[in-house]
Order: sequence, then structure tokens, then C-alpha cells
Amino acid sequence: MTGLIILAVYVAIFVGSFIVTKFLVHKTRRDFTSLKTVTFGDESAVSPNRVASVVSILTLFLIWGSFTGSKLLPSFLHAPGPTTGEAELTYTLEAEDGRRDDATIAILIHKHGEEVTEPAIEPGDGFAKNDVMTMASGRTTTIIFDKNDEITRKMGAKVVAVDGKPIAPGQTVEIDAGTVSLSDKGAIQFAPPLGLQMDPIWLPAPESVVSRFVEILKSGYRGSTLLEHLGYSLFRVVVGFVCGAIVGIPLGYAMGLSNWFRGWFDPIVEFMRPVPPLALIPLVIIWAGIGETGKIILLFLAALWIMAIAARSGVSGVRITKIHAAYSLGATKPQIMRHVIVPNSLPDIFTGARVAMGVCWGTVVAAELVAAEKGAGMMIMVASKFQLTDIVIMGIILIGLIGFGIDILMRMAEKWLVPWKGRA
Amino acid sequence: MAGLSIQNISMRFDLPNGSSVQALKNVSLDLAPGELLSVLGPSGCGKTTLLNIAAGFLAPTEGTLTLNGHPVTGPDAERGMVFQQGALFEWMNVRDNVSFGPRMRGQKEADYGKEVDHLLDIVGLRDFKEKAIYELSGGMQQRVALARCLANHPDVILMDEPLGALDALTREKMQSLVLKLWKETGKTIILITHSVEEALLLGERLLVMAPRPGRIHKEYRLPFADLGVGKDLREVKKHPDFAVKREEILAMIWNMEEEIMGRTEAAQ
Ligand SMILES: Nc1ncnc2c1ncn2[C@@H]1O[C@H](COP(=O)(O)OP(=O)(O)O)[C@@H](O)[C@H]1O
Ligand SMILES: [Mg+2]
Repeated sequence: MTGLIILAVYVAIFVGSFIVTKFLVHKTRRDFTSLKTVTFGDESAVSPNRVASVVSILTLFLIWGSFTGSKLLPSFLHAPGPTTGEAELTYTLEAEDGRRDDATIAILIHKHGEEVTEPAIEPGDGFAKNDVMTMASGRTTTIIFDKNDEITRKMGAKVVAVDGKPIAPGQTVEIDAGTVSLSDKGAIQFAPPLGLQMDPIWLPAPESVVSRFVEILKSGYRGSTLLEHLGYSLFRVVVGFVCGAIVGIPLGYAMGLSNWFRGWFDPIVEFMRPVPPLALIPLVIIWAGIGETGKIILLFLAALWIMAIAARSGVSGVRITKIHAAYSLGATKPQIMRHVIVPNSLPDIFTGARVAMGVCWGTVVAAELVAAEKGAGMMIMVASKFQLTDIVIMGIILIGLIGFGIDILMRMAEKWLVPWKGRA
Repeated sequence: MAGLSIQNISMRFDLPNGSSVQALKNVSLDLAPGELLSVLGPSGCGKTTLLNIAAGFLAPTEGTLTLNGHPVTGPDAERGMVFQQGALFEWMNVRDNVSFGPRMRGQKEADYGKEVDHLLDIVGLRDFKEKAIYELSGGMQQRVALARCLANHPDVILMDEPLGALDALTREKMQSLVLKLWKETGKTIILITHSVEEALLLGERLLVMAPRPGRIHKEYRLPFADLGVGKDLREVKKHPDFAVKREEILAMIWNMEEEIMGRTEAAQ
């Protein structure tokens, strides 16, 4: 239900901001694209609209804040939250002999995590006495109403109506204060209206993620600082990737240059290529345990095949005319290797390296989810066991940002080191 | 014996399906030092195969090949190649491409620097020395390829449709450049082309090849290359003999193509 509302809000903002931008923001720049009469289907006329990107990100945070009751948003932007404050319900108790008596239950619904004291009330008259209790908003509570009653359920009393509406065990009725149902044993279960906001256990507000981030940045988590956690993950990726590249690139070259190597390793590489590195985690844990060695072996294997295949295709992709030209210019085999084959394979190797780094980053997080003492994945896995959703979300955001950062760095290195890529 | 000598060369390619292609049959040819030979023929008549054999990339199934008296057994710096395109090294700038040969021989900047700069001047790329290959136009890239070949001092220059990928205007300028380089350096040159005009303009000798099996069909000795050195090539094309020869060769190639078409149709 809430999900559908969120989707509707999202689509509305998508369409609304499109219409607003379309009519309010006039293109003043007259470039070549604005002079085109045909743009639909012309791929070159499509470039990301930066306004859309900004609105898109703001929308995500807006929806996140709105449906979590974030303090960063003015309250009129909040989705209706779970009911808080005082609620009251009246129950009608029937004794075995058919006598009936009403009593009220005063309920103080407080915010999650807040401390409140039970107000005092008059017990009232009759054999059913008034009750008072407190509960956290957004939860369901079981009311043991007959602790103070003169005739209890053990003595054969049972609730027959709530706020005047008849009810029997197993049934549910809607009253002003919320939803009431009667358990099989005859206890009252009360759920005040939830509203549309998310429970912090499902999705904490942005500011609590931020404050959790600051807290963990200052005092660490599970005995390691945040930088240590992330640093360990990155360290494993870098070491695993470098080992994979050191073995994989020469292997790929050998496969691209020698029939015997190609024949020998082709079946292995072609078999290992479609095996997702995640599937190797159990085996690696059996072999090497959950320590650093196991993780690095796993990442080594993840990077190895990708780099070998990239280097192989870099070598086989060299135009024969380049090799012929080099021979005709008097180059020897080692010179052709060093001055033609290796540089010619660099663009392919860089493409492979970008893929491998992405795969390694994903694999390390997954491996840490399974078992680790430190690391980004371990952090969110442990946090999820304690339902610390804010840490989980913080971890996911950090993992995404780091993965994105790795890719940007690789792209910059590529531009700098192989500027001829894609332009030969 | 000086010069390039090709004696009774035959080349047969055995195909994986068991059949074979006779790409060349009994081709013989003698080239004196400094001669400029253009080779013309319908596609598939074995021109590239002939050039690859001369370069040493392929060993002929029959026949012998000698340069200045010693047999050709593989590629060597004495026989330079200029390809149609894509043979430059994109990871080096223009100057490093041109100096590739000398550098591979272990020469230092002091040894080759002056000459490389001079060659770049000749081909008109003085201001593009430091540019990357992919920043150059097609015509400029071919000029780099020519300079790279010349910097290596080959005895013979083998060109496989070197101007084939260029537009008409650039092509005319490059034809003049080839003639100029030929005259100035006195190199032996074999130039393959599929343009009859180019073959006439640039060939001191002209070889017309016929397909299936690839063989020499007819040979001409022509005055146009000498006439064209340092001149406007459009003037040379106005030479009365030029049009006559062009029509004659066009008709010859046209007939060959007809024959191929007829034969394939008959085979079907
Ligand atoms: N490596 C090869 N394997 C099989 N057949 C080849 C090979 N190279 C060339 N041929 C065949 O030899 C003939 C001559 O080819 P080629 O020398 O490229 O002709 P041209 O350059 O005149 O167009 C063609 O029929 C071609 O299919
Ligand atoms: Mg050819």
C-alpha cells in the first residue's frame, strides 16, 4: 500500500518536473542540436538533461525524508506518520454468570525510543477496572486488561465488545483509536493507525544515517574504525586484482601468441569464465578459511580470468598489417612484442581492468557478508543482525560511492594512459 | 645481379574444406634498381599475394625470389611496406612512428634526428611532429607511412593500394608526392592500385594481371611517370597517348571481369 503511494508520488514528480522544466526553462542556447528538425531516433541528439539528474536525486532524498518523517524536511512535506498521543478504548467484560461491566483503557502512544511515565487513573467501579498503559507508535501491543479486574479470564470472564462493537476471539474490529483484535486466548491486541511513514527498522530517516555515519567515523564499529573497515575491503580488492593481473595478463599474452598455451588453457578459461566468483566463496572458505588469504584467493580468481581474456583479445586483436609493418621496418620479435603487441593490447586490458575491478568490489562485499572480521560487507551484515538499519543503509551508500569512485579513477587512468582507445 | 628478381612464382592456398585456390601461377618479373612498377588487375587476381611474397610474409609454393642476388626468405628492412591504412602505431606520435626503424636498429636521436626531421619536411608534416596519429587526416597518415618507410632506407618499397582509401583531391596530391619521392630517392618501387589512371601516372612500367589463376596478362613501358615528375598531373592526363592507353586497359580489365562473371554464372 505504502509502496504504491510512494510509486505514485515518484511518477508524479517525474512528470510534473518534466512539464515544469519544459514550459519554464526556455533554451536560449542555439547550438547545432537545437537546429535539428529530427531528433527522435537521432542518438547524437540525446544527452542527459542535467536538470532531470538533479531533480531525480533531490526527489529520492525528498521521498526518503518524507516517508521517514525526517527532521530535515518541514513537517508539511511529511507523509502522515503513525499516531502518537493519548488513545482510549472501552471494553465490555462478561462474567460466566452473564453479568457485564465496561472499563476503559487509556493508552499513551509515545515515539519510538522515547521514555514516558504512565499517568495515574481512577480504577472505576464494577468488576472490570480501568487500565492504563504506554506503547511505542507504529507497533502492535497486547493488552493484558484483566490484571486488575475482579473477575479475570481464568475465572471465566471474556471480552464481548470493544467500544460497543461486538467481538469474539479471533475477530478484528475497527474503532476510533485504531484496530482491535481478540487473540484466541481472549487478550486484546491493539494497533493504532500506522500512517504512511516507514518504521525506522525498515528505513531510518536520512539524518539518522548521517549521524550514525558521524558516530561510526568517530568511534568505529565492532572494534575497528570506519576507515579500517573500508580500507580492508579496498586492500583485499587491490591485492586480489593486482595478483590476478600479474598472472592473468601474461597468461592471456601466452594464449594469444602460442598454439600450445591457447590449447592448454582455453578449456580452463572458457569453463571458469561463466562461473560467478560468488559461487567459489564456499570452496575458498573450506580451503583457506575466512581470513585474508581466502578473500585474496577469491578476488585473485575473480580478476584472473577477466584479465587473461582481456589480454588474449588484446593480442589477437592486433591488425596483422601493424605486425607486418614492424617486421618490414626491421624489428625483432622481442621488439615487436614490446613496441607493437603490448601497447596495442592496452586498450583491451584497460577495459578488462575496469570490469575486473567492478567484479572484485562486488565479490569482496559478498565474501565479507558471508564471513569476515573486518570490512564493508561485514559491517552491514552484522548491523542487519541487530536490525541497525541505519548502518546497513550507510554501508550500502558507502559501498556504492566507492565502487563508483573506482570506476571513475579507472576511466581517468585510461584516458591518460591509452588516449588512442577507440580512435584507431 | 642487382634488383628484384621474381622467377616462376606460383602460390596455391589450400582451403580448410579441401579445395585450393591458385592465387598466382608462373609469375616472373625483373625489376632493375630505381624502377617504378605499377600493378593493376581485377580484385582477386593475386596482387596482394604477389606483394606479400615479395615482402617475405608468404613463402611461394613454387619459384624463387632474389633481391640483389640473395634469396628472400622473410621480411627484412631492405624491403619496406606501405599499406592502405591502419599500419601506423597509434601509441606513438608522428615523429616516433617515422623514427621507428632506426630506433629498432639501436640508433640514437643524434644518429637519425636530422634525417627524420628532413623527411617530415619533405612530406609536409613539419608542424605535426608531436601530433598523435588519430589526430591526422587520412592523407596525412599515408604521408607518415611513406616517411616511416623512407627513414629505414629500404632498397625496395612495396605499396599495396597506398592511396586507395583517400578522397580524389588528396589522392592527386599524394600521387605527385610519390613521384617526387621516387625521383629524389631513386628507390625501386612496386605500387599496387585498382585505379587505371593511377597505374598509368605512376608506373614507369605497368603490369596488368589476370585472375584465376593469377598471372601477368600484359606489360607496358610508359612515359607518363617521367613526364609527371614535378608537374601538374592533370597536364599529363591531357597527353594524347594517355587517353588511348587508359581506354585500352579499361577495356582489357572490363573483359576479364565479364569473363569471370560468365564463368561463375556458367558454374552455377
Ligand atoms: N590466406 C589466404 N587463404 C586462402 N585464400 C587466399 C588467401 N589470401 C588470398 N587468397 C585468395 O587468393 C586470391 C588472390 O587474393 P589477393 O592477392 O588478395 O588478390 P588482390 O589483392 O588482387 O585482390 C583470392 O582468390 C583470394 O581469395
Ligand atoms: Mg589486394
